Amino acid sequence: MAKQGIIIEGLSKQYGYGDTAFLALKNVNMHVAPGEVVGLIGPSGSGKSTLLKCLGAVIDPTAGRMTLGDEVIFDGAWHVKDLRALRRDKIGFVFQAPYLIPFLDVLDNVALLPMLAGVDNTTARKQALELLTALDVQHRASAMPSQLSGGEQQRVAIARGLVNRPPVILADEPTAPLDSVRALSVIRILNDMAKRFETAVIVVTHDEKIIPTFKRIYHIRDGVTHEEVGEGRSLT
Amino acid sequence: MISLAGRDILHSWGKFIFTGIGLGLLIGVTLIMAGVYRGMVDDGRVLLDNSGADLWVVQKDTLGPYAESSSLPDDWWRSFASLPGVMGASNVTYLTMQVKKGERDVRAMVVGIAQDGPTAAGWPPQLVAGRHITRSHYEAVADVASGFVLGDELKIRRNFYKVVGLTRRMVSSGGDPMIFIPLKDAQEAQFLKDNDAILMQRRRTEENPIFNRPNVPGLLEAVIESQIVNHSVNAVLVRIKPGYSAEEIATSVRRWNRLTVYTRQQMEQILIGKLIATSARQIAMFLVILAVVSAAIVAFIIYTLTMDKIREIAVLKLIGTRNWTISWMILQQALVLGCLGFVVGKITATFAAPYFPKYVLLMPFDSVIGFFAVVVICILSSIVAIRMALKVDPAEAIGG
Repeated sequence: MAKQGIIIEGLSKQYGYGDTAFLALKNVNMHVAPGEVVGLIGPSGSGKSTLLKCLGAVIDPTAGRMTLGDEVIFDGAWHVKDLRALRRDKIGFVFQAPYLIPFLDVLDNVALLPMLAGVDNTTARKQALELLTALDVQHRASAMPSQLSGGEQQRVAIARGLVNRPPVILADEPTAPLDSVRALSVIRILNDMAKRFETAVIVVTHDEKIIPTFKRIYHIRDGVTHEEVGEGRSLT
Repeated sequence: MISLAGRDILHSWGKFIFTGIGLGLLIGVTLIMAGVYRGMVDDGRVLLDNSGADLWVVQKDTLGPYAESSSLPDDWWRSFASLPGVMGASNVTYLTMQVKKGERDVRAMVVGIAQDGPTAAGWPPQLVAGRHITRSHYEAVADVASGFVLGDELKIRRNFYKVVGLTRRMVSSGGDPMIFIPLKDAQEAQFLKDNDAILMQRRRTEENPIFNRPNVPGLLEAVIESQIVNHSVNAVLVRIKPGYSAEEIATSVRRWNRLTVYTRQQMEQILIGKLIATSARQIAMFLVILAVVSAAIVAFIIYTLTMDKIREIAVLKLIGTRNWTISWMILQQALVLGCLGFVVGKITATFAAPYFPKYVLLMPFDSVIGFFAVVVICILSSIVAIRMALKVDPAEAIGG
């Protein structure tokens, strides 16, 4: 069976009950193919973070269906017992700030994920070094996060998100703290990695600099998504 | 799997070292407090050991001679010495007082010992310098803790004594160094009044027609003599011949009805169970307070260290780190802090103990107990931080 990336059908999320009930997501539908990078944009309070948290399996959707790779992970209820393992093995996260573990060096920041999955230290470090090399930060492998520039930190964060070869990466404002050159560099890297590892990437952003680079964009407003074809501006 | 706790400690080692030193000083004080208690118990045991007695004969219904005042006629010892199974019986007096040396004075227990020779009960069993008392008056053997040296002249009441010998670890149950002087001198010192008081008492006696009878020559002089001479001792120390039971001889002496006899075991019970019981409770209270303060400090430090890592913990949880891994990281840090504190505390206590005025006995067993107490305290202290870490929502790592 071919890989499907991530498919979201009729996803809803309601906070509170009765008079205080608030529907943050209303019948959201999305599809991101393997190797594709899509943008998710919308104003503050539109439901972006709620959608990201549902996709990241950190909050429970109220209704809908989510398919990740070949596996239905949610269909009215979670089909996966261990959501922690799901996040570790199937979902990569890249945050607005890199949020690297300050007391681990670059190599171990990346290698930590496979280690958590039970991979032995040597193999985990080898996998991490391969990714750091692919992202051109292998020369900083033994540096501490505080010794890296913002761009280097974000590349290490991307390496961490990819190291377990997840079918989907959720990137939450990954270019927010970066200047336009570095921001475009990060998006280029995400595109390259998505293609290389056949990973579906959802980039939540407000960043006007990078929005034109997406071929497909999902606008979200008041919990409802609308798909739009993007400019797909070249990153080279 | 790499050690997250170890990496965090290496990353912020300065914080851990300084906190560990602070905690260590507190643990050091705790160990010294325990050592003070052990020292008090040991002082009591040493006092009994060094007396060389198997039985203590004291005034009826008293806990003397160390816990209560006791007074016995000084000629009763002969009766005990003649009992079957008794190797020897010696009079002894104990008086805790300020002993003067020039301008300064020293708190000491003055022990009056009978002139039976160094092998008799009550005498110091060994000297570290000088010789035993050989004259009937005005010679003394002092413990080195008193600060006296050979040849020093010390003043007890109105009389001067020359230090002819020195002992070590001859102390009272209160830790005061002992000074041995001849029994007669000690009896005089216990009840000696100043000159004015003696003159006034003599005048009162002379004016009393009951004692001053012209037709009874010698009565007045006899009464006055009896008023200024003391024929009491605090206890008689009895040594038992090998093969005889101290309890059996004590039972035999108890039939006399005018005195009380204690065996070694009973005397130890009095010294440790009664005499230092209040001090022991006091120390126990201090130990509890110090344990609570140590726990509060460890809990606060670990809580603060965890608070500093809230975002990292959220990220760790989001990327799939098990709760156990996060809890173990916090617990390991608490344990490392506790172990570091214990090592610093143990070293501090070991080096500081000799400088304390009272004997501080640091027992390995107490250190082992202390170590496990520190481990338990660290485990309990880390619970708050662990609970907080486990409550961290991984969603906090995702903005918005």
